[in-house]
Amino acid sequence: MAADFKTAQPVEYYRRFLKEDVRPDGRELGEIRHTTLNIGSITTAEGSALVKLGNTTVICGIKAELCNPTAEEPKKGFVVPNVDLPPLCSPRFRPGPPSEQAQVVSQLMADIIENSGVVALEDLCIVEGKLCWVLYCDMMCLDYDGNVVDTCVISLLAALKNVLLPEVTVNEETGSPVTDVEKKLPLNIRKCPVATTFGVFDDHYLFTDPTNEEECLATGVLTVVTTEDNKICCMHKPGGTALSESRLQDCINRALTRAEEVRKLIDETINSVER
Amino acid sequence: MQRYYSVGSNMAATDETSALLRSFECEQNLLSRPDGSANVRQGDTSVLAAVYGPGEVKMSEEIIDKATLKVIFKPKIGLPGCAEKLQERLLRNTCESVVLAVLHPRSGVNIVLQVIQDSGSLLSCCINAACMALVDSAVPMKCLVSAVTCAVMEEGRIVLDPDSKQEKESSAVLTFAFDSRENNVVTCSTKGCYTPEKYQECLSACGAASRNISSFFRQAVERRMSKEL
Repeated sequence: MAADFKTAQPVEYYRRFLKEDVRPDGRELGEIRHTTLNIGSITTAEGSALVKLGNTTVICGIKAELCNPTAEEPKKGFVVPNVDLPPLCSPRFRPGPPSEQAQVVSQLMADIIENSGVVALEDLCIVEGKLCWVLYCDMMCLDYDGNVVDTCVISLLAALKNVLLPEVTVNEETGSPVTDVEKKLPLNIRKCPVATTFGVFDDHYLFTDPTNEEECLATGVLTVVTTEDNKICCMHKPGGTALSESRLQDCINRALTRAEEVRKLIDETINSVER
Repeated sequence: MQRYYSVGSNMAATDETSALLRSFECEQNLLSRPDGSANVRQGDTSVLAAVYGPGEVKMSEEIIDKATLKVIFKPKIGLPGCAEKLQERLLRNTCESVVLAVLHPRSGVNIVLQVIQDSGSLLSCCINAACMALVDSAVPMKCLVSAVTCAVMEEGRIVLDPDSKQEKESSAVLTFAFDSRENNVVTCSTKGCYTPEKYQECLSACGAASRNISSFFRQAVERRMSKEL
């Protein structure tokens, strides 16, 4: 009966639950799904992490390559994020060129990396104007059940913290780079950005960590990315329900608390991984 | 075809204060083919917007209970890439939240935005242009939307409607779009790092400025209607 009602009247179905301050999956409005983190799952990558947020699963692998810095910025390396939403993860994605959603999330990741300054691009420089690292951060969604932005940010941060780069020296005579595979150094992570996404239902109910169903029914979403010094590095609200100042402040406060929890989780997991 | 031209004189920036907006100009109904068009100029930043619709929509994009909105964002130079996709999504969702799409089921509204000159506050200029073009095309809307960009300078000063030089020197750039009814935040997009306190400061500064823009929009429409009668 309940299943029929849900199929016929999804909005009304949700409304009934939210009236009682509970969501159909049993969570409270402010509750975030269980977060599971596995670091270093891909041995061939320089750094990797697998994150599960409820059913949503994202795996991030970071490959490092040597390249030439640009003439305009000879002291800077590159971080190139890419988010892949393959047809495997949800029926809404088709094979072929990246969907709009994938492009939007990729761009959002690039913005978050740049705004938060998680990796200083100067740290990636090896020889000024000659040689630098480029970090390809590929995030692949394996199961799309909403809130892919938060999951991607966690996987990206965890994978970056897991990166080990071999020491590179330049051969004086030939001028070619020589990598010392024995000596590996971790990347200097300057900031720890963590995203928290909120959904608005019926222009009134505010809930955290929306699932795919909730995202489809929501009248608006809001993503707040905060760093450990309690600063906001991205506030992304693409249209939808208009929110008042006090509600935005409420979201920021909740995002700060959530970010603290995620950082603790990442640190605990990193420490438990054997090198 | 008659063009309608309005200038926001009360908002012109002066040298001593940066809390004001740059000169704000709006020209409506300047293209003959689209159903609605507008050119919004904020200082030197200029965006041309055109609206086609409600009209036919591709079968695959058809939504049975409301109109499909599509935004095409054309940068001044080069081909649109990932960053433009994010802009398009932001603009589309902003317009979707003010257009009464349920009144035109199974139809499409196309909004084309062409950047003519970018000298700072481009996103807010795009949102304002899209809103004015929608008004000109007479697509039913529940309210207007007005956007304001502000920049937080290194020393903590807030500059409203920054030009590209100020944007480059700033530590953060925040863009807000407000609805004209309750002045709540419809859209928010930010660059750079800032504290929650600064965020609230920027929000209230932009909120106050957006009221000016809303009333300017109202004046522009009023002036136009009085000419038409």
